[in-house]
Amino acid sequence: MALDSKTPKGPVADKWTNHKSKINLVSPANKRLIDVIVVGTGLAGASASATLAELGYNVKTFCFQDSPRRAHSIAAQGGINAAKNYQGDGDSTHRLFYDTIKGGDYRSREANVHRLAEVSTNIIDQCVAQGVPFARDYGGLLDNRSFGGVLVSRTFYAKGQTGQQLLLGAYSAMNRQIGRGKIKMYNRHEMMDLVVVDGKARGIIARNLVDGKLERHSAHAVVIASGGYGNVFFLSTNAMGSNVSAGWKIHKKGAHFANPCFTQIHPTCIPVSGDHQSKLTLMSESLRNDGRIWVPKNIEDVKSIREGKLKATEITEENRDYYLERRYPAFGNLVPRDVASRAAKERCDAGYGVNKTGEAVYLDFAAAITRYGKEQAHVKGLDENDSALVKKLGQGVVRSKYGNLFQMYEKIVDQDPYEMPMMIYPAVHYTMGGVWVDYNLMTSIPGCYAIGEANFSDHGANRLGASALMQGLADGYFVLPYTIGDYLADDIRTGKIDTSLPEFEKAEAAVKVQLESFVNNNGKNSVDYYHKKLGKIMWDKCGMSRNKKALTEAIAEISALRKDFYKNVNVPGTTKEFNEQLAKAGRVADFLELGELFAKDALERNESCGGHFREESQTPEGEALRNDKDFTFVSAWEYKGEPSKAKLHKEELKYEEIEVKTRSYK
Amino acid sequence: MNLTLKVWRQANAKAKGNMENYSIADISPDMSFLEMMDVLNEQLIGQGIDPIAFDHDCREGICGMCSMFINGEAHGPDRLVTTCQLHMRKFKDGDTITIEPFRALAFPVIKDLTVDRSAFDRVQQAGGFVSVNTSGNTQDANAIPIAKHDADKAFDAAACIGCGACVASCKNASAMLFVSAKVSQYALLPQGKVEATDRVMNMVKQMDEEGFGNCTNTGACEVECPKGISLENIARMNREYLFASLKG
Amino acid sequence: MSLTSSTIGRKVAMALSGLFLVVFLTQHFTINFISVFSAKTFNEISHFMGNNPLVQFVLQPILIFGVVFHFTMGFVLEIQNRKSRAVQYVKYKGSANASWVSRNMIWSGAVVLSFLGLHFYDFWFPEMNYKYIEVLPLDPARYYEEMTHKFHDFLRVGLYIISFIFLALHLNHGFASSFQSVGVNNKYSSSIKKFAIAFSVIIPVGFIFIALFHHINSL
Repeated sequence: MALDSKTPKGPVADKWTNHKSKINLVSPANKRLIDVIVVGTGLAGASASATLAELGYNVKTFCFQDSPRRAHSIAAQGGINAAKNYQGDGDSTHRLFYDTIKGGDYRSREANVHRLAEVSTNIIDQCVAQGVPFARDYGGLLDNRSFGGVLVSRTFYAKGQTGQQLLLGAYSAMNRQIGRGKIKMYNRHEMMDLVVVDGKARGIIARNLVDGKLERHSAHAVVIASGGYGNVFFLSTNAMGSNVSAGWKIHKKGAHFANPCFTQIHPTCIPVSGDHQSKLTLMSESLRNDGRIWVPKNIEDVKSIREGKLKATEITEENRDYYLERRYPAFGNLVPRDVASRAAKERCDAGYGVNKTGEAVYLDFAAAITRYGKEQAHVKGLDENDSALVKKLGQGVVRSKYGNLFQMYEKIVDQDPYEMPMMIYPAVHYTMGGVWVDYNLMTSIPGCYAIGEANFSDHGANRLGASALMQGLADGYFVLPYTIGDYLADDIRTGKIDTSLPEFEKAEAAVKVQLESFVNNNGKNSVDYYHKKLGKIMWDKCGMSRNKKALTEAIAEISALRKDFYKNVNVPGTTKEFNEQLAKAGRVADFLELGELFAKDALERNESCGGHFREESQTPEGEALRNDKDFTFVSAWEYKGEPSKAKLHKEELKYEEIEVKTRSYK
Repeated sequence: MNLTLKVWRQANAKAKGNMENYSIADISPDMSFLEMMDVLNEQLIGQGIDPIAFDHDCREGICGMCSMFINGEAHGPDRLVTTCQLHMRKFKDGDTITIEPFRALAFPVIKDLTVDRSAFDRVQQAGGFVSVNTSGNTQDANAIPIAKHDADKAFDAAACIGCGACVASCKNASAMLFVSAKVSQYALLPQGKVEATDRVMNMVKQMDEEGFGNCTNTGACEVECPKGISLENIARMNREYLFASLKG
Repeated sequence: MSLTSSTIGRKVAMALSGLFLVVFLTQHFTINFISVFSAKTFNEISHFMGNNPLVQFVLQPILIFGVVFHFTMGFVLEIQNRKSRAVQYVKYKGSANASWVSRNMIWSGAVVLSFLGLHFYDFWFPEMNYKYIEVLPLDPARYYEEMTHKFHDFLRVGLYIISFIFLALHLNHGFASSFQSVGVNNKYSSSIKKFAIAFSVIIPVGFIFIALFHHINSL
């Protein structure tokens, strides 16, 4: 089957408007007859559930957590972009569109990105109307901050908890519909498989995690909003429960999986402290507004620091290497994430890492504290030369901007970041790849949609900061609720889907077989043992820089590990109870398949673009070298029995509006 | 570090639970409390004992899912942290640590340390929202300026993560801090004012139906709240409720 | 709003009845304190309070209702609150996050209530008996004597002192927190709190002083 992105004709700027006015609609009376399943309650899933219910559809929403409010969108810190141009600094829909395409290293679908930029402003209006308490200035108007890879201030924020506030906004909209009975909420339920009837997605098999019972749920369309798959690396900034399973299950039922190797490694995370580590904690990109990144210039200083003989604050200015400012003077510390991460890795690989493991660089606020302190002293008419006073005032400003992040850092590292520079290192954070979708956000299975981080569409090979929240809400509030109607318009006479159809029976039986096989396996290794092993292979061989040899090895190793997993995994307990290990086993099983496809995709894409850096493809200065001639396409993989047999389909990317250029932040 | 853990074990909601003792060795002070629990669970799986069920997800103190009552306090002895942010350096080698689920009539135990907090969801469903539909033509976000002071206060209230530490800590298992945080957030914003009367009446009614206790102003909730939600919110809710009741 | 059916309603009711009792306490204290300076004035006021129909037949029933309401509600709330946590913690470190007084209002309240029993037995029942049952002749000068007579017994004075200490504890949390209950929380809150705490010390100490004063005088 050839890939058809169904992108509407016409100029990019008019596509969405024209499309909206042409697609089929479902009348309010008929919406009552239509059921929609939404899997996941992050920004995309919650906003989609709420909006679909407001429109009148019967929505059934599933999340594995104990409440929709726990979804990992809640942890997003920095902000959400929107082309409001409230600061009057030259922002526009076109500029946001352009920045996102460029930031994504010209590997995203132009029409989708333009639509995203168009609806970005609606999101802010909607959220404010819901009572989301964004940061405001003294005049009572909304405040903005800057994020990486752009030259304007377009990021709206709520301290370092923007994701939380936006998710609670969407959750409140959901609550309203749950209260009205339009959404039936299934907490502590995990989607185990998709049910396809006559080629169309018609329901899911879900497992009630409290009592272990399998349930059949039918619908006229199924929306996957289950987030990204960063946890394939074991250590990532994702939540412990974040998983690929929903996306992977639909992949195995016929949905293509696109660009699996496009992973974002976030430059500013708290470094790994030991083998016991269960997850990594992000320090928001917004910190790079005020923090300066550096390592010592002299290798002797690095040694003394590691031995504990020297403190970071004792190194003088001239002996510091502010390598981002040095290499990228135009954007400095605010280069995009992929660039910042690779630069940190380059310094650490060269031996300049500043912690015991040699995998950390400094993020220093001393300069910002002094700058803000002087400003405050001036405003208050105090002595600008009193350094103690300036420091105190400056720390106050920094606390009001990033207080919760600094507190989080101090709790984890046990060091005061107001006094000593933070130590940071890149960590897996976001996956740009995901389920392939067309312009309507429908996967290659009719009636099955994927939204938010779960799909691949908007961020190309690298996502800009504060754009994930934007995409999740754009898809959920403003895109899917329109486009799904076009498909459902044909279903108004279908009536309820019967869950006793043989397709449901078969799907449920298959799930049962897998679950039983896990608990009866009596192997010798725990689920985490395998997850950690997989993570190590992924990080070492498919991490920040990749090459043919390592990727080939990774494919073989993951495949072998998967075989060993099925043979030797130990899952205690039974299938008929609250069993966290069993739930985890299913998720890790899927990661073990995805991991292999990931490596295969990375091997196939012999170019460097965005977060995907192939050592074979770089400039003499070590910058990423894209190969537009051979790789200006989306890799969409079709499942053929196992990951190694996956078939590659290419969706060629055409840029009508934007001239494809070498990405430079120098 | 070597530790003795006394942990509440309960097979399911209907089973009778009891405290069990476990020893654990070689714990690094840099571990988080939940990482220590991971080590314990790996040990239990190796010994063929059912691992301890506990809720957790983001492990960075924001999702509100982790919920242990450690040594007599919600989220343990440290302040302004959730259990996942509590680090073992807060304990001493040789300590005995008591770990129990959050306890309240409205939070029934599901298994071991996992409790059902859906009562909180139902309270929110009763009125914790602004009734605005999604549309592309909501008025511009800057159309109504909001005083920074109010916006900041609304944010402080909205920072609640719904973990239930307030209920767990309160000697009366009262949910006033949680409910008042939501009521306050909307009461402070012009967008929320329209429905303020119904909201506070409905949310309090639902709160009462869930079986939470009465507030006696002990202030334990504020001290134990990992997000520092202020008692001021409870006063604001009391006020809102009084005025709403008088309006009828 | 029903003052008895919702949690917040009950809380407000507790606060308002408590505040009313605080007002009464202030008035009671003022009159008693006068006895330290002038037996004559004390007798005059006592006679007025004891025979004015407005005080006797309007204020007195309201007061009694207030007292009964406050402690009945207190017990009802306590029972409900205990039910709200069906299974108790094995280890509960209440002292880590709340003051002893705030956690033990039921006990300080119970002591004050038993004291009220004693107090009624000492003064109010004899009064009722004198005025309404035996209907003895009016004697505007009898009050001071009757009172000082009661404080002759050291055991009774001791019980009074202990009770006043518990009253102080009860007021210490109750008075300040009643403002929170009725929704007062603004820039004056910290001053109100300071005042309430000062009140919770000064009034009971004053009562103790009065009791000791008359006890020592009667020796």
